[in-house]
Amino acid sequence: MGRRVGMEVSIAAAEAVKQANVDVISAYPITPQTHIVEHLSELVANGELDAEFFCVESEHSALSVCVGSEATGARSFTCTSAQGLALMSEITYIASALRLPIVMIIANRTLSAPLSIWNDHSDAMSIRDCGWIQFFAENGQEVYDHVFISYRLAEEREVLLPVIINMDGFILSHVIEPFEMIEQEKIDQFLPPYQPLYRLHPDRPITMGAFALPSIFAETKKAQEVAIRSSMPKILEVWKAFGDMTGRYYKPIEAYKAEDADTLLVTMGSFGETASVSVDQMRQEGRSVGLVKIRLWRPFPFEELRQVALKAKNLVVIDRAVSVGMGGPVASEVKAALYGYDSRPSIYNFVAGISGRDVAPSDFIKMVDKAEIEIEEGNKEGYELYGVRE
Amino acid sequence: MTKPEYEWTWKEIPVGNVILEPGNASQYRTGDWKSLKPILNKEVCIHCGLCYIFCPDMAYNLNAEGYFIADLFYCKGCGICAKECPTGAITMVVEEEER
Repeated sequence: MGRRVGMEVSIAAAEAVKQANVDVISAYPITPQTHIVEHLSELVANGELDAEFFCVESEHSALSVCVGSEATGARSFTCTSAQGLALMSEITYIASALRLPIVMIIANRTLSAPLSIWNDHSDAMSIRDCGWIQFFAENGQEVYDHVFISYRLAEEREVLLPVIINMDGFILSHVIEPFEMIEQEKIDQFLPPYQPLYRLHPDRPITMGAFALPSIFAETKKAQEVAIRSSMPKILEVWKAFGDMTGRYYKPIEAYKAEDADTLLVTMGSFGETASVSVDQMRQEGRSVGLVKIRLWRPFPFEELRQVALKAKNLVVIDRAVSVGMGGPVASEVKAALYGYDSRPSIYNFVAGISGRDVAPSDFIKMVDKAEIEIEEGNKEGYELYGVRE
Repeated sequence: MTKPEYEWTWKEIPVGNVILEPGNASQYRTGDWKSLKPILNKEVCIHCGLCYIFCPDMAYNLNAEGYFIADLFYCKGCGICAKECPTGAITMVVEEEER
């Protein structure tokens, strides 16, 4: 078993990037991602990590550098938040279409306006369709672990896709947690050096990023869609290998006291830990409530979600972002997953905790109370921004 | 390219849409884009080569008789050659659709 230490999650994430032995780091500091970049910068400056650290002038360049370095076969890392992610969004689509296995951590933060540095998932949702494999971590250990999982997965010949690790800004990024650090020898075994399928090299010239005529563009998109959809078995395989190494097994959908539950809370990210406290409390009161945590956002785990969600009577889906004019994006996906089934549960959607407003265990209980009553009364379109003063 | 791109299936496209054959853009008929084509009046041409130098698509080639002639497979019909020609030897004329 690895060393157990108390550490800030951002520092642990940076340590994981070091242990993953990256060749290139290119990032621009932005709250609340800053500590990751600062620590990596120190590690490189102190000679503890043999990598190129690019101090770029913007996030657009940060990811563009990673695209270039990854194209030459260098293992590359970047991280950002909110406005920074918005600025690099153009390049996110390019990295995935070029099939470059970059890994990025997003310390999730609210997109302006109004200007806010606090946490929600509006940044992640703005690039929902960018074609990267996307994880949402529930705690710091998951962030640390998923750096290794992500590189191993991204660089698999059958996958070759960039990966995003989402972690809630401040709520995760700035707290100190107990971590189980993994020994370097184990990491080296789990994560061998990157062997690119194609790379830019003068000895064998190839072209990356060429244009495509309408007569072939759709074929390229189908190839990309099939690649990310069929990455699911590889994701499960890598998680299994990681679990065998560390004892920490991960799944696309994590169920907590969900068997036989009438009502299921559905959450993504750090909400999961708080919600599990409220589930314990409600169970003690004899209520039939469980919890479903979505860890894998893309490719969306339709089948895994159905296996647990179809047995329930009610789903209370709690989003941490609002698709203005539509509602909660997670609820939208959950509804899509279940629409084809006659005996599907009723769904009530809350958007809660946007811009870092605290959501306590008591709030999850209030949401379950409200949803159960509304569903009982026949409200089929249940959706609201939780806790807003009228 | 073994076959034109409009015959490729999605399974045949290399991962990341990379182009493995260097310089295969030369197979792309940019000449399809033009509506005007350059006509050279050899009586006036002084063989200075400015058309060749200014052509943004490198469509001009020197022929055996010493004239620079636009390869209509690549010429996009921009007219820069006609504009730059010091003796007015190049005229842009409407390219009729071939039937």
